[in-house]
Amino acid sequence: MLVWSRSGRAVLWVLFALIFGVLFLAPLAVILLSSLADQWNGVLPNGLTTEHYADVVKGAAWNSVKASLITGFLASALALVSGTWAALSLRLQGDALKRLLGLLFFIPSAVPSVSVGLGLLVAFSHPPLLLNGTVAIVMIAHFVLISAFTFGNVSAGLARLSPDFEQVASSLGARPAYRLWHVTLPLLAPYLVAAFGLSFALSMGELGATVMVYPPGWVTLPVSIFSLTDRGDIFAGAALTMILVVATLVLLLGLERITARATGS
Amino acid sequence: MSEAVAIRAPAIRREPGKFGIVPPAALLALLFFYPLALIARQAFLDDSGVANVAEIVRVLHSRFFLNALINTVTISVAATAGCLIVGLVLALILAFVPFPGSGFIARLIDTFIALPTFLVTLAFTFLYGSAGMLNSGLMEVFSLPLPPVDFLYSTWGVVLAEVTVYTPFILRPLLAAFSLVDRGQIEAASVLGARPFRIVRQVILPAAVPALIAGGSLCLLLTVNEFGIVLFIGAKGVITLPLLIYGKAIQESAYQVACIIAVINIALSLGLFGLYRFAAGRLGV
Repeated sequence: MLVWSRSGRAVLWVLFALIFGVLFLAPLAVILLSSLADQWNGVLPNGLTTEHYADVVKGAAWNSVKASLITGFLASALALVSGTWAALSLRLQGDALKRLLGLLFFIPSAVPSVSVGLGLLVAFSHPPLLLNGTVAIVMIAHFVLISAFTFGNVSAGLARLSPDFEQVASSLGARPAYRLWHVTLPLLAPYLVAAFGLSFALSMGELGATVMVYPPGWVTLPVSIFSLTDRGDIFAGAALTMILVVATLVLLLGLERITARATGS
Repeated sequence: MSEAVAIRAPAIRREPGKFGIVPPAALLALLFFYPLALIARQAFLDDSGVANVAEIVRVLHSRFFLNALINTVTISVAATAGCLIVGLVLALILAFVPFPGSGFIARLIDTFIALPTFLVTLAFTFLYGSAGMLNSGLMEVFSLPLPPVDFLYSTWGVVLAEVTVYTPFILRPLLAAFSLVDRGQIEAASVLGARPFRIVRQVILPAAVPALIAGGSLCLLLTVNEFGIVLFIGAKGVITLPLLIYGKAIQESAYQVACIIAVINIALSLGLFGLYRFAAGRLGV
């Protein structure tokens, strides 16, 4: 405790509540309120309605929910496999190569996502790899952007793992493949789940690269929200944003529970 | 003889493991570094493969590019400064003047990292937009003819939104650093009559500096690359480098110009990434 006087603490807590309320609570509350607002001409909405949600579920917007979920799932699964693969095989390399490759695997997270999208457009707009206008290019963009985070999370988990278990398994005669499948991966499981959850959340909210490469039939949630609000349909945009927020939070909470059960904490 | 074979066998089997790095590295090279190289190629060479210095010079001297560069730097520096101040104040209260539920609140702020950035801009439209809650309220109370609050569609609207979105990236390392500060030292200083401000300055801040530097450079990197917030604000005067790349490539189909700007944006980002890695590595955050 830093401040002992009751009034001093009260002043600081009010300050905290103000900052937290204005910056974090108000935006979420107002998105929720506007997604339910009938009409909003004054300080508060004139009435509440679930119409925007009904419209969203009926209309083309539902397709973007599906597009986002499928893209997020596939891109995250691929990123999980390749990130885990990279982190595991990086351990077998020499120090200099390990540092260099470790850095290279991280770089996609530092490049602006719009540039990642631009690069994919420039590279894959002509044969032999003509991907422009396909769903695959959206998946690839998401995979590239989240792969660095998956790799980072799995590497961090791997660094925290005690090497004893693997060494014991090895000295007992377990072959590399058996050791990987029955010792290393189960120990790594909580980190893999966390990495997958973060990747999925990042993919659900990805806008910069997607807006560069998406084909007409595969509009993800953020792109859909942008076109709705750009057209002035901000209530529908808010409803779709709420769906995105709830889907992301449910996903993260669910994965957190799985992790907690796996680590027994 | 059979023993010698048995001993050598694992060494032979370990060999393919070393090359196991090839598939993920090849995937990264094909899907990320190859497109990146093509951006650089298209920026520096024209269709016939000759260096197009004139075009590069024209873009670098153009008004739209310079404006975007100034906007990007101003916004990211201001937003990072804001994140550092807000993050420090919130972290100090959460760590040293805790209240019931402060742990839950810290986790709640943490989950903001997972939410899309444009959400905040959309919310700000309802809060501070010309027909938003704040303006309607003020117009009603003071019977004003015009909305009095008009910062949202300016650089400052973007800065405020970015402060909201990126403060958790400062808060997280700061709380981790604060959890290592010796509480006994603070209490001793307090018993000896040191004022809270002095304790913060002399005991807590030195412990926070590594987290502030690492978090700050990460914020700089993320705010330079931020796209969604600026796109959703949709203000004509607030064009940053990522938005300019999008506009040139998608709306104007001027791929070469987009590539030249992208090279500069990427160089700026990689420089900041290097700074972040250096700071994080040096300071052990």
